[in-house]
Amino acid sequence: MEIDNKIIEKHGLKTEEFKIIQKLLKRSPNLLELGIFSAMWNEHCSYKSSKIHLKKLPTKGKQVIQGPGENAGVIDIGDDDAIIFKIESHNHPSYIEPYQGAATGVGGILRDVFTMGARPIALLNSIHFGSPAHPKTKSLLNGVVSGIGGYGNCIGIPTVAGETKFNDTYNDNILVNAMAVGHAKKNKIFYSKAKGVNKAVVYVGSKTGRDGIHGASMASAEFDDNSDEKKPTVQVGDPFTEKLLLEACLELMRDDSIIAIQDMGAAGLTSSSVEMASKGSLGIELNLDKVPCREENMSPYEIMLSESQERMLIILEDGKENHARKIFKKWDLDFIIIGRTTNTKKLTLKYNNKIEGEIPIEALASKAPIYDRKWTKKALPKSKFNIKKLKHIKLEDGLIKILSSPNHSNKSWVTNQYDQMVMCDTVQKSGSDAAIIRIHNKDKAIAVAVDSSANYCKSHPISGGKQIVCENWRNLISVGAKPLAITNCLNFGNPENNDVMGEFAECLEGIKDACKYLNYPVVSGNVSFYNGTNNKNIYPTPVIGGVGLIDKLSQPINHNLKEDKNLLILIGKTFGHLEQSCFLKENFSMEDGKPPKINLINEKNNGEAVLELIKEKYVLSCHDISNGGLLVALSEMSIGSRLGVNINKPKKLVNLIEYFFGEDQGRYILEINAKNLSKVDKILKKNNIYYENIGLTQKDYFEIDGEMKIDINDLFKINNQWYNKF
Amino acid sequence: MRSSVIVFPGSNCDRDIAVALQKMQFKNKMVWHKETALPKSDLIIIPGGFSYGDYLRSGAIAGKSLIIEEVVKAAKFGSLVLGICNGFQILTETGLLKGTLLRNKNLKFINKDVHIKVINNTTKFTSKYKLNQILKLNIAHNEGNFFTDNDHLKELNNDNLIAFKYSDEKGNTSNLSNPNGALDNIAGIFNDKKNILGMMPHPERMVDNLISNKDGVNLFSSLLG
Repeated sequence: MEIDNKIIEKHGLKTEEFKIIQKLLKRSPNLLELGIFSAMWNEHCSYKSSKIHLKKLPTKGKQVIQGPGENAGVIDIGDDDAIIFKIESHNHPSYIEPYQGAATGVGGILRDVFTMGARPIALLNSIHFGSPAHPKTKSLLNGVVSGIGGYGNCIGIPTVAGETKFNDTYNDNILVNAMAVGHAKKNKIFYSKAKGVNKAVVYVGSKTGRDGIHGASMASAEFDDNSDEKKPTVQVGDPFTEKLLLEACLELMRDDSIIAIQDMGAAGLTSSSVEMASKGSLGIELNLDKVPCREENMSPYEIMLSESQERMLIILEDGKENHARKIFKKWDLDFIIIGRTTNTKKLTLKYNNKIEGEIPIEALASKAPIYDRKWTKKALPKSKFNIKKLKHIKLEDGLIKILSSPNHSNKSWVTNQYDQMVMCDTVQKSGSDAAIIRIHNKDKAIAVAVDSSANYCKSHPISGGKQIVCENWRNLISVGAKPLAITNCLNFGNPENNDVMGEFAECLEGIKDACKYLNYPVVSGNVSFYNGTNNKNIYPTPVIGGVGLIDKLSQPINHNLKEDKNLLILIGKTFGHLEQSCFLKENFSMEDGKPPKINLINEKNNGEAVLELIKEKYVLSCHDISNGGLLVALSEMSIGSRLGVNINKPKKLVNLIEYFFGEDQGRYILEINAKNLSKVDKILKKNNIYYENIGLTQKDYFEIDGEMKIDINDLFKINNQWYNKF
Repeated sequence: MRSSVIVFPGSNCDRDIAVALQKMQFKNKMVWHKETALPKSDLIIIPGGFSYGDYLRSGAIAGKSLIIEEVVKAAKFGSLVLGICNGFQILTETGLLKGTLLRNKNLKFINKDVHIKVINNTTKFTSKYKLNQILKLNIAHNEGNFFTDNDHLKELNNDNLIAFKYSDEKGNTSNLSNPNGALDNIAGIFNDKKNILGMMPHPERMVDNLISNKDGVNLFSSLLG
């Protein structure tokens, strides 16, 4: 059949890109080959718009075993233990079909982690919805939350942390990012690089169906006219099969039968086979008639481009076939040799012994186009804000407005739908600054957290990029963990728009600066462009997932106050930065101005000092100050424990609104026993850390000297009503 | 005490229960669902999870599996059987326990710590608890809404076959302390001979102060005698 411009366009390729394909092949591709190019050269697989910027990120460090480029990143947590983790987006499918979109997002990220030999031990997510008033938000929220829960609960991996946010910018394009964290032995990590010629290429897992086929509408119309064969393009998740696949793979991974292994994620069989061959500088030959299909008469095009879930491709050592087959049979999964590695450096696709397509591997991988797209810098917004012109508002009213808002209300409506305890190593569940997961049978643990700050990133991308890394770092510090490395999910609008590309480049610049200074490298990640509808792009929303280590686990630290009459100290300086604050947004619907300044030196010093205090066991509870400032942070410490506080008014003559709601960075609140104050003071002085005594814990009342006094139960109620009413 | 844990391919609390049993010094064996004979054991446990995916009715397929036939036989000979969560659902599917577990009243999966009250402490599963003792255990299920007919409910009450009821921390059993809509706040029941216990809350999640509490420990120590 003739490949015309219409078909090229439907495959998401530009005319110039088609010309490059013709040049690389020295002929025109057939439809199957065109489909494969389109799958490999799309933004999701090729990172063609992002690559040159991603290269700037720091990815190395003593703690890094494997950085970006594999299925997931791998870090060293001492002894013979490694942690394997990654975050990925499933934004578009979740908007079309929230339950399955979110569920398969979880399934996909889990496979990335167990493909490398890790048993997944924790799931996290970052989900962003449009305005609660938008007619679709409620059903999207319901669908996404039950989809995330449905998958994780069934496969039996605890969903331990995350964030749920609302903002108009996501009205027509929600974000669903899922992160998986696994544990492996350092000497038992599996990679996707093929080695050796004539090795068996094995297909395992679920059968291949017509779901998720790229450009499915066109494909079905082109191949046959049976319109009843059209299936939805969103994949359908089967967590039970994934559980079987997980257990079977981990069982096979006990010995050295596997040379290389790769899950079939985006672009299914195409990207998995090309990736393995490309990394090993080999060729690969597949007999597509051998691929187990769920439906009859599937064409090579459909087989290669199906995104059916719960499938893996394995390259096996010679003589291990029977051994491996037995394991997959035990778990009732398909196990079929569908091809061999070759020395041709080509992807050769056969169907009933006839060659249906043949493409040099490098044309699909290293020769894929890379774009240095135009981008524009964003200047720091000029301050127009003047606190003196702001209508007077009482502290109490400002706080209540924030605590009862959708973005700050207690999220147990969401988190109660996730099994947070299965596997019995969840030391700290969601609701704290970071979750804590014990390494099974050991007395050490990891802390995990995800963060994003879209409004800061929108206002000034470099500051925003820095800020999320710092906030994530602080969250891990606050539970007593040493931050080790991050994964990032970069959700942006259309990269062909100079402003969006500028947001991308500059957010990355900020992330880079912070990661470098904090020795907090990026070991894995994912880019999601084209988040927007009708030329309206979402706010730049990079999401950071961090992992830290608690090397000696005793009593976990969280932000719930412990006892009355303890001292509360505030680490870090308060300047009262209100622009871009949630106080102004929730109380005055103001969103202008610049984000708070990030001082990386202070971040690092303050964080390390807090970590030292926690290690010395002087800290009873700890909370980092972020959105909402000091007062919101204090109220969160109170609400969780139903213990009150009595806070002094600041001694210096400052504006109370600025002092209590300003979002200055690098700050923490610590609860300490008064008898330890001199020792704490000594450590903080030694490290040149600025701190203030801000008050005491007390029973029953949340109080600011002479300004406000609320019954702690009322505060709890204010914070716990929005979801139930929604 | 010899215990056997039945492992279905979709079981996911099997490791958790094995860890708890080991901690409590049981001699435990894991039994794969395709096996056709049970090792000699004094206690058989069907753990939580999603047995065969539970895309049909929870526990429906597991209730017809080969190994379950062996469990039914052993139970009829008086062997102790404990079904937790999905295990409870499976026991009702086999008929070893009467009643059924419906979708939670709010139609959502619920994972949280709840309080339950010990209603009968004179059985081999509960003897180390005090009567009316309040425990804090974790629940994690989609279908935990216990339901049964009037005759069975009468039997449960008359013959003291209710093991646990959902309550508040003071022991009041009402709608307010009922997480899933279960009939009469029932969280766990015995069969008429009291050698079989099915319960929705997870005692195996409550044996370690670092992650929760130790309110589940006495269930296992009761079994040890």
